[in-house]
Amino acid sequence: MAKIIVVTSGKGGVGKTTTSAAIGTGLALKGHKTVIVDFDIGLRNLDLIMGCERRVVFDFVNVINGEANLKQALIKDKRLENLFILPASQTRDKDALHKEGVERVLNELAEDFDFIICDSPAGIESGAMMALYFADEAVVVTNPEVSSVRDSDRILGMLASKSRRAEQGLPGIKEHLLLTRYNPERVIKGEMLSVDDVNDILAIKLLGVIPESQAVLNASNSGQPVILDTESDAGQAYLDTVSRLLGEDVPFRFLNVEKKGLFKRIFGG
Amino acid sequence: MSLLDYFRSSKKNTASQAKERLQIIVAHERRRRSSPDYLPQLERDILEVIRKYVNIADDQVSVTLEKSSDELSVLELNVTLPEDKRG
Repeated sequence: MAKIIVVTSGKGGVGKTTTSAAIGTGLALKGHKTVIVDFDIGLRNLDLIMGCERRVVFDFVNVINGEANLKQALIKDKRLENLFILPASQTRDKDALHKEGVERVLNELAEDFDFIICDSPAGIESGAMMALYFADEAVVVTNPEVSSVRDSDRILGMLASKSRRAEQGLPGIKEHLLLTRYNPERVIKGEMLSVDDVNDILAIKLLGVIPESQAVLNASNSGQPVILDTESDAGQAYLDTVSRLLGEDVPFRFLNVEKKGLFKRIFGG
Repeated sequence: MSLLDYFRSSKKNTASQAKERLQIIVAHERRRRSSPDYLPQLERDILEVIRKYVNIADDQVSVTLEKSSDELSVLELNVTLPEDKRG
């Protein structure tokens, strides 16, 4: 049975697509057959982050409308054997996704894949609702910043009430918190919400903390999911995150500032 | 405590401000989420009735509905009246 995981946040620009790409790639690295589905109709970007933008022929909406079959629309990753991408369409019609169509495509994917990662658009409109509706688990991507935390809480409310699991009275979606763009130096200075602060407010299980990192922009520039940059802090933090998603017990890293220099030891910080 | 911390402490830590503000607004929004749709209208109606007698501001009335068990829900009405200026 395939597991459907939605990557969501409410607020835009917090790292949903970066995270979808990283987690999907990480699961494939660990040997699980994985597909990442871009639900951001009209603003397709997963293809760019994954570096396959020039190979898009058919898309998610084509498959829903019967203009192409899944085999034609799925893009196989060039780096990993068991990783696939289903791109969003660039149509302006944001209601192109409907429950019956999405369900049919997800069911067909479920026959073939271990994990289906749904990359949600920002906001709480139909695209975002479709992305979370069929989910078994949710990764709520949050920045340590007031508007992001508030929007994440809003999305948690949606997960609990607007999903198929909620409507059918099944056990609820398993919720995970992923804190991204974390800057321990600013946390120590009292300029940024800490992991514990965000955890206190949202009160869901912490899946990972991704440090603010140069590696993320470098990765998107070159169309390589950041998790493949195993030298980088963000890449390693995503690897840990994927291990935890698979049930492994991995200690959290990158929560503290690296060792202090002489200057800081004298003047504090 | 270092020399720099001494100067820093005069400024209020913005992360703790953020946390306090979030805790309040998130709790408020969660309560609203779990309450029935008619509650905001009920709150406005109650405000109108009270205003016939006392002049109060919008934020001086709060109405919450708490479900304490399957059979019992408690409607809590909290009105802050202005200071009595008689005489």
